Formats: sequence, structure tokens, C-alpha cells
Amino acid sequence: MGSITLGHYLSLGGILFALSVIGIFLNRRNLIVLLMAIELMLLAVNLNFIAFSHYLPAEADRMAGQVFVFFILTVAAAESAIGLAILVVLFRNRASINVEELDELKG
Amino acid sequence: MASTISQGLLLTVPLAPLAGSLIAGLAGRWVGKRGAHSFTILGVLIALICSVIVLKDVVAGARFNATVYEWMVLGKLVMEVGFLVDGLTAMMMVVVTFVSLMVHIYTIGYMEGDPGYQRFFSYISLFTFSMLMLVMSNNFLQLFFGWEAVGLVSYLLIGFWFKKPTAIFANMKAFLVNRVGDFGFILGIGLVAAYAGSLNYTEVFAKAPEIARLTFPYPMWGGDWMLISVICICLFIGAMGKSAQFPLHVWLPDSMEGPTPISALIHAATMVTAGIFMVARMSPLFELSDTALSFVLVIGSITALFMGFLGIIQNDIKRVVAYSTLSQLGYMTVALGASAYSVAVFHLMTHAFFKALLFLAAGSVIIGMHHDQDIRNMGGLRKHMPITWITSLLGSLALIGTPLFAGFYSKDSIIEAVHATHLPGAGFAVFAVTAGVFVTAFYSFRMYFLVFHGEERFHHKPFPPEHDPAHDDHGDSHAHTPHESPWVVTAPLVLLAIPSVVIGFMAIQPMLYGGFFKDSIVVDAARHPAMTELAEGFHGAAAMALHGLMTLPFWLALAGVVTAWWFYLKQPSVPAAIGRALGPVVRVLENKYYLDWFNEHVLAKGARVLGTGLWKGGDQAVIDGAINGSARGVGGLAAVVRQWQTGRLYTYALVMLLGIFGLLTWRLWPTVVGPYLMNLAR
Repeated sequence: MGSITLGHYLSLGGILFALSVIGIFLNRRNLIVLLMAIELMLLAVNLNFIAFSHYLPAEADRMAGQVFVFFILTVAAAESAIGLAILVVLFRNRASINVEELDELKG
Repeated sequence: MASTISQGLLLTVPLAPLAGSLIAGLAGRWVGKRGAHSFTILGVLIALICSVIVLKDVVAGARFNATVYEWMVLGKLVMEVGFLVDGLTAMMMVVVTFVSLMVHIYTIGYMEGDPGYQRFFSYISLFTFSMLMLVMSNNFLQLFFGWEAVGLVSYLLIGFWFKKPTAIFANMKAFLVNRVGDFGFILGIGLVAAYAGSLNYTEVFAKAPEIARLTFPYPMWGGDWMLISVICICLFIGAMGKSAQFPLHVWLPDSMEGPTPISALIHAATMVTAGIFMVARMSPLFELSDTALSFVLVIGSITALFMGFLGIIQNDIKRVVAYSTLSQLGYMTVALGASAYSVAVFHLMTHAFFKALLFLAAGSVIIGMHHDQDIRNMGGLRKHMPITWITSLLGSLALIGTPLFAGFYSKDSIIEAVHATHLPGAGFAVFAVTAGVFVTAFYSFRMYFLVFHGEERFHHKPFPPEHDPAHDDHGDSHAHTPHESPWVVTAPLVLLAIPSVVIGFMAIQPMLYGGFFKDSIVVDAARHPAMTELAEGFHGAAAMALHGLMTLPFWLALAGVVTAWWFYLKQPSVPAAIGRALGPVVRVLENKYYLDWFNEHVLAKGARVLGTGLWKGGDQAVIDGAINGSARGVGGLAAVVRQWQTGRLYTYALVMLLGIFGLLTWRLWPTVVGPYLMNLAR
């Protein structure tokens, strides 16, 4: 068996990303699941960053990708905080977080 | 050649009546009735005095032709206010201001007690201003301004008693018919401006021979028309509207709905002669087109004869005089067509005096009869209204062309001129003007005898007038004996009777043969010899009167008078019997040749049908259809497209992802995806 290569990491990231996309599309009930799928999507991207930066040839460059990951994590945290806050307000108003019912913009 | 005329003097002539009009019209409430008539009469009097001074200067040889004010410049087209004063203008100025002054004075008596007293004075002064602007103009634009302004005042005055439905109908009719004429007129002016590049008379006339060589493409019948003929006929259509020539004459008889003073001033003496004046002024253009002259000749002949017939069967005193005016305007037009412009203008002048006199006399009779206008209710007024009687007699004698009276000189000259012309249509014109003499004499004296002689029918009124709300203040008019009118009414009659008698004798020599018009009227003597032949046959005014006793027109006129006397005084049963025998003819005449019917049922109705068709077919179907249809199309498209907006987040996300996938595939196909797939396949 060979060691773990970049291809393995990228495949994992791709699988995670695909899972989160499927999560968005298949989920018909719960807005929280939707938010979680989006978080998962961001994590899949982070994984790519880490993997690529690790495999960069120059030692000095490897930090850059990992710093990006921290930025993304921070922003994602802020974003989910706001998202959840909106969710709470939404629940207070509609008494539901069912995605099927949230179709106010229907043409 | 003496010096030019002072510009200030010329400006005073139109502006004095304008000032009077503004005072009476805008400040009428404060100046009161006395103030209104004092100011307007003063304005017109000043204009008359200045006009007489101008005439004196012009006779001495002075001329004026200059721009007074430049209004605007459009490219090369200069629009300006200017005066051209020569013999023609000076004569018109004196005639207009003199008749206008007489009518102003007369109005004091006629409109007494009318609630619109100040308004009336304001209008007639405004009319005087407009007419003076028209005749004094040195360019087409100002001519058109005056032309339209007199039309406007005519409209206002016909509908002066605006509570009377017939008056409103009549003024609308006058306005609409004049629009038809003005349409031709403005087309003519437009052609002049387009081809001569100027609106100034002098410049246009200088270019006229050049324009005469051009043709006007007329694709419908293949050939080309001479441009000058098109211009002249367009201009003459304007004159047909204003001077009430067949078939645009229909408005003039109805315009008698207005008060009598304006019938005299506007619809007999001055405004309706604007067309004649205009054609005479345009003589350098008309001389170049035999086609246009022939057209003018034929239209004038039709008007002169057939409108005279209508005068025979009218019973309204003003309508008889109105049809007489139409017929006389026809005579003037015939003279224009025969290239005897100066004769036409001469007749215009004599006619202005005697027709204003006849109208004012008719008005005096109407006052005496307490606003009953039916001549069948009159009779024997000679004893009750002596001044009106004698002046009417003088006016009628002048109208029928009794030798030595004014009308004789002008009318006989017209008949002679027509004999001397050789244009197509001249034969008909000779017949029309000669027969017209008999008809004129017959209807004039029919009216004269019915009104002033015979049985006094006003006691029992065989034809009771309809109740007229406009004259309620005159009270119940039955069983009143007519009385002579006050001096403000009779004085103008006397003052107009004098020129009606003597002006022809005095003026024929200088006006027709003395070169008074030599620089305002141009005649191509080689092609149109009428004036030359007239001059050869002329041996002084007295000799002409003597010779007149031996010519056919005189005997025809005498026959007309005698027939009228026999029919309406001696044997009053004869006209009724003739009327019964000629039933269909009388019916045609009573319906005025069915022209009103034709206009109403064919032209007006046709226009309405066309309008309805355009509204339903053009507006509603095409334009509204296109606009509403496109709105409906957008709506329909949106109804389909809106189905895509599910309102659900995951649909939008899916579309977004698919979009990104598609875009990436498309952009990366040549560099990444394509080679990769090739690799796999290998």
C-alpha cells in the first residue's frame, strides 16, 4: 500500500462537497440541515486548501493556505451565527422551519 | 418722384384703431359706453385722417416700401413687419377707414341698449386694425396675419349674439369654410417661399419670371403643371374662401346672423374684398399664368350669375343684400380673370360705398321695423323713413349701374373688359356678367319696391317673425308704426350716399386710365389686351355715361327695374303664379342649389365616416392593438416564465450549481476537460 497522496485528500474533499450538495437538494424539511450542509461545503473547500498547501514545493509558501483556512473558519462561524439568528426570528414568525413551506418568492 | 412717406404716419394708421380696440375691450367696464365709442371712433378718425394724408402724398408721387420691424429670421427666410404703400394700398386704406368710421358712428344708434356694447366697438376697431395690416403689408407673412385676423374678428362678430344657436352655427360655418380657403392660401404662400426664397413682395415679384419657367411635377396624371399656375390657383383658393366665391360662398349668407353694422363693414364692404385686393396685389404672378386667370374668370362668372338668382327669392332684407354682395364679388373676380385688375379694384371701391350704404340702410329699416327683417312684412316705408328711403334708392341705382352713378362706371368697365378678353371661358363670362345685370336690377328693385313702396303691410304682418330672444329689450313690436332712425344712423347713410353717387364719375379717369395703379398692378398688355382696349374706347366719364345709355347692359338693367315694378307693385299675383309654374326651379333656388345639403351630407358626413373609420380601424385596431398586444404578449411570456420561480431555495441553488458546472465546462473544455477526456479514451 502506498502512502497517502494529494489525490486521496482531494477525493475526500470532493466526496464531502458532493455530500453537502446532495444534502442541500435532498433536504426538504429542515432549514438547519441546509445550514449544516453549507458548513460542510466550506469544510470540504478548507480540506482542499490544506492539502494543496501541504504539498507545495517551497517550505515558506505552505503557511499561506492554512492561514486561508483560519479566515474561512472565522467567517463561517460568523455567518452561521447570523444564519441561526435569522432562523430563530423566522421560526418565531412562521412557527416552522420547513424548507418546503418557505416559498414566499414563488412567481 | 417726391420723397417717401413718414414711417410714423403709416404706423399711426393701424395702431390708432388697435389702441381704441384695446381701450374699449380691456377697459370697457371703466370707460363705459360713452368712453368705448368715443375712444374707438377717435382711433378710426385718426386713422382716416392719416390715410387721407397718405393718399394725398401718394397722388403726389410718394411711395413707401420698407421693413418696420424684423420679427424673426429662419435660415434665409426673413419674417418681418413692413409697409408697402402705393396707389392700391392708399386707396384701400381710405376706403377701409372711411367705411369703418361710418359704421362706428352708425353702431352708436344700432347697438344702443345691447349688453355687449363695448365688446362690439372693441371688435370692429380690432377688425379695422387687422384689415389695415392686411392691405398695408409688404410681405406674405403680414398679409397672412391680417388675413387670419380679419377672419377671427369676422367669426367673433357673426357669433356676437352668442346666445342665438343660429348665430353660433353661422360663425362656425364661416370659420370652417374659410379654413378650406386658407388651406389653399397657405399652400400658395408656402410654394412662394419655397421657390422664391423670400416672402417680400418686391423680391418675389422680381423672381416671378424665373419661377414661371419652372414646372410642378404632378405624378397622378402623368404630366407636369406650370408651377406659377399652381401657385396662383392655390392663392386664389384663399381668395375664394375670403371673398366668398363659388363653391366656398356658403358662409356669407349665413353670416348675416351678426349685427347689421358688421354685415356692412365686414361682410360687404371690406373684409370680403380682401381676396380681390390680394389677387390685384399679386398681379405680377397672375399675369404669368393664363390657366389661373381662366380659372379665376370662370369661378367669378359662376358666382356673379348664380348668386344673383338666389337674391331673387330671398325674403330676409339682409339676405337679399348678402346675395347681391356675392354676385358683385363675382363681378370683381371676373374683372381679375380678364386681367383688368384696376377695374376690379375700382369696382371694389365703388361697391364698398354703395354696399355699405345698402346694408346700413337695411339696418335702419330693421331698427324702424323693430327687428323684423322679412320684406314681406314691410311696404310703404317711404313716408315713414324718408332719409333711409332716399339713400336706399341712391344705393340701389348705384348697384344696378345707372349711368352717372358709381356702380355704372365700374360695372360697365368690367363688362367691356370681359368682352376684350380671349381666355378660355370668356364666352361664358360675357354671358354671365351681361345676364347678371338684369338679375341685379331685378332683385335690387324687388327689395326696394317691397320695402319702400306699395301697401303698408307692417300693421298686420302676414309673416309673423319668430320670437328672437336677442331682442327682448325691444318689447312687443306689433302694431308699431315704423319711425325714422336717429341721426347717428342716418348721418352715415347720407355720408355714404355721396360717394356712392359721385365717386365713379370722379375716379374713373385717374384710377383706370391715369396710371394711379401703374406701379402696383402689372398687366402683360400683349397677352391680355383688356385694359388697352378699354383705354382706347374711353373718352371721358361723361361720354361714357352718354354711351352707356345705348348699350345692352343699360337696357337690361332698365328691364329688370320695370319687371320688378310690374311684378311687385302692379301685379303682385304674377310672381306667385310664376313660382307655381316653375316649382322645381324655385325649389332648387330655395335650397341654394343644394350646396348646403351637399356639404352637410356628403363632405361633412364623409369626413365623419372617414374619421370614424380611422378611429376604429386606425386608432383602435392598429395603434391600440399594437400597444395592448405587446403588453399582452409580455404578460403571456411572463406567465410561462414565472413557473420557474418556485420560491424554494434548493431549486435556485441547483440552477446555480448547474450553471456554474455548465460555464466551467464551456470555458475549460479546450484546455482542461477536453484533453482529460481524450486522455481517458486513449
